[in-house]
Amino acid sequence: MILYDRFVLDNGLRVLVHEDHSTPMAVVNIMYDVGARDENPDKTGFAHLFEHLMFGGSIHIPDYDEPLQRAGGENNAYTTHDLTNYYCQLPAENIETAFWLESDRMLSLAFGGKSLTVQKKVVCEEFKEHYINKPYGDVWHKMRELAYTTHPYRWMTIGKDLSHVENANMDDVKHFFFKHYRPVNAILVVAGHVQLENIKQLAEKWFGDIPMGEKYTRHLPKEPRQTAARKSEVFADVPLDAFIKTWHMDARLDKGYYVMDLATEILGGGGSSRLFQSLVKEKQLFSGLDCYHFGSVDNGLVAIEGKLVKGVAMETAAKAVDEEIEKIQATQVTEPELQKVKNKTESVIAFEDMGVMSRANSLAMYELLGDAQLMNTELQRYHEVTIEDIQESCKEIFRSDNSNTLFYHSK
Amino acid sequence: MTNRTNAPEITDAVNMKLQLKPYDHFILDNGVPVYSIDAGAQDVLMLEWVFYAGNWYEGKNIVAATTNFMLKNGTSQKKAFAINEHFEFHGAYLNRSCYNETAIITLHCLNKHLSELLPVVAELITESIFPEEELAIYKQNQKQRLEVNLKKCDFIANRLVDEYVYGFHHPYGRYTSTVDYDQLQRDELVSFYKKFYTEGKCLVFVAGKPPAILAEQLNHAFGHLPLNQNSLPEIQYNPEPADIKKYNIINDTNGVQGAIRIARPIFNRHHPDFPKVQVLNNIFGGFFGSRLMSNIREDKGYTYGIHSYLQNHMHSSAWMVSTEAGRDVCEATIEEVYKEMAILCNEPVDSEELDLVRNYMIGSLLGDLDGPFHIIARWKNYILNNLTDAFFYNSIQTVQTITAEEIQELAKKYLNPEAFFELVVV
Repeated sequence: MILYDRFVLDNGLRVLVHEDHSTPMAVVNIMYDVGARDENPDKTGFAHLFEHLMFGGSIHIPDYDEPLQRAGGENNAYTTHDLTNYYCQLPAENIETAFWLESDRMLSLAFGGKSLTVQKKVVCEEFKEHYINKPYGDVWHKMRELAYTTHPYRWMTIGKDLSHVENANMDDVKHFFFKHYRPVNAILVVAGHVQLENIKQLAEKWFGDIPMGEKYTRHLPKEPRQTAARKSEVFADVPLDAFIKTWHMDARLDKGYYVMDLATEILGGGGSSRLFQSLVKEKQLFSGLDCYHFGSVDNGLVAIEGKLVKGVAMETAAKAVDEEIEKIQATQVTEPELQKVKNKTESVIAFEDMGVMSRANSLAMYELLGDAQLMNTELQRYHEVTIEDIQESCKEIFRSDNSNTLFYHSK
Repeated sequence: MTNRTNAPEITDAVNMKLQLKPYDHFILDNGVPVYSIDAGAQDVLMLEWVFYAGNWYEGKNIVAATTNFMLKNGTSQKKAFAINEHFEFHGAYLNRSCYNETAIITLHCLNKHLSELLPVVAELITESIFPEEELAIYKQNQKQRLEVNLKKCDFIANRLVDEYVYGFHHPYGRYTSTVDYDQLQRDELVSFYKKFYTEGKCLVFVAGKPPAILAEQLNHAFGHLPLNQNSLPEIQYNPEPADIKKYNIINDTNGVQGAIRIARPIFNRHHPDFPKVQVLNNIFGGFFGSRLMSNIREDKGYTYGIHSYLQNHMHSSAWMVSTEAGRDVCEATIEEVYKEMAILCNEPVDSEELDLVRNYMIGSLLGDLDGPFHIIARWKNYILNNLTDAFFYNSIQTVQTITAEEIQELAKKYLNPEAFFELVVV
């Protein structure tokens, strides 16, 4: 059970405080309700580029990192399709430094031209390092474009294309900031060796006078229900053929999300999973295989992907995957199989909750989803899943009509 | 109105009192030492069995790594599937990893399942059989994985730079080719296993919220095994650095980035300069605010990241600068690295920067002592390197007291470009 207090400032900033006095550290985590899904299709990669710019100086403070490091702190940030999260950890005595830094960059960035020029280059190098200069680096660019026709999950958080990042200009930056980086669209979580009363005062002092901004209401185009299987082929300079197949699944808060999370574990989680045992060990069609999903807030994708053993035909591998899918649709999984993945989930949650930083991040995430209390009821939702649920969900999700297959051939 | 121009008062982290929580220690009936940290809120545990079974002790390439990998692939009682099923059913994660001197089995589990799990870990240590069919699958899949990795410039660069610094004959400089997999024989694994696992030297590290009966449980499962009866073979390797210092390699003609490695041999943790060089390294390229990062990423945008670090080796070590930079700016990046070395040699660090680094390092250390897993990791590092907590307190004192003059002297002593190997792999 994770205990916390919650209050809301007049400007709409939601504040959660989680005390843990077993550590000398404090964590300050700010989550903004904006991600790659909120981007303009012609200006993709912007939410992530923007994350870099948040370190390029704010209205009263030329450099974010330096004062934090001076206070003995460390920080980082990440951007997903759904949200952008900034977090820092520092000795609890110096927590006000984090309030000073975070509130100033929520008040306003400095909008310096140099930061934009340099960070565009940095992000382009990040793009190259992860998505161009790596074998199979473009797999998910291609798969997302195949699987989504409409919803902005169609592009990667890094952006559709280098040119989108290169073309970003200062007007875009300012517009994005004042639209999304307002108190009313943010969640502040403070955790660790801190006192609620003190945090209330600090929050009011540093964040209280920041203009509320306008609540961002999301009107994303909904992905239409897929009605026919889609397939695509790529020929690339890679050593091995790769097989990737995805299906659309339920949104984060739907019951079906928990069911599919457990189903992916049964299929592909670990050395005793079905796909690994059947396709890697027994039939030896794949040299490695994964089954997973992205934990997306809106309807995401569940994926099976693997590299083929040399000499195995793509069709043979695809057929073997289909057979495993048909098996889990036709016959219920066993009770011990379901119990196993529930036990694994219980462990994962327990280990995740060990770090105060991870707890702060989870609280922000669940608050963003609508209620931080979900963090404490999550395990129960997994426990409620039955073998009937798994079968029903697999029948519904793993329909051929709902599938997207990418054959990634070695040239 | 809140005054936002002035920074709030801070307590200098450098003056904070840091304590390394001592471990509990006991010895099993067969002499296996157990080090344990009780610092958890959750009822979870991490246990590590450390064997001296790294590639330092192998007679032939990748015998150590393969033996370690295949510990989960079959015992006289259980097939690979049953082993995996057992751990996974209990929500436990059993991993193994092979390093240069040591090889490790790691178990993460909920306390309530511990008694079901320990006997099977013991079984892996005493009854693994390395089935031929499992070895064949392993060879096939590892060779294919290697083929993919060989397409990556960073992977190639990491292999080659170690070879230049230590020589291919040395366990730190050796790497794997597909032929090595072809030549592996099952009986080589079996005899390595018997000598370095079943009858090997073993230490156990535990962290989390250990149950009161932990010693009893461990003794029951492991105390009677034939561990720690023989002394380790004395094997000495001396680094033989390459003669040529600069290398340019084209691995992928269409590559858009180059992996840059700039490295020199350096001492291990037992050298008196070690803690001081750690401070110098932090200023140079050891954290986000370092000179390399500020110049090459934050000012010029040549790379997504650039870091310098001392390799984590027990015997000899290396000081490494590592980055992936745009292909057209690789040369400029290297030039800037040497410029930063020269500045450190020619100018004392000003007090503002030095204070920042001191505070950052202590704050970061404080954060790194958070939670039982971090604490035991630090202890494990010290124990395996024959160090005590004196090393911890000495390092802190060094961070607190080192002067700009000392740092400049160290730079002159160690940051001389002619001592460095330089490699770009596109």
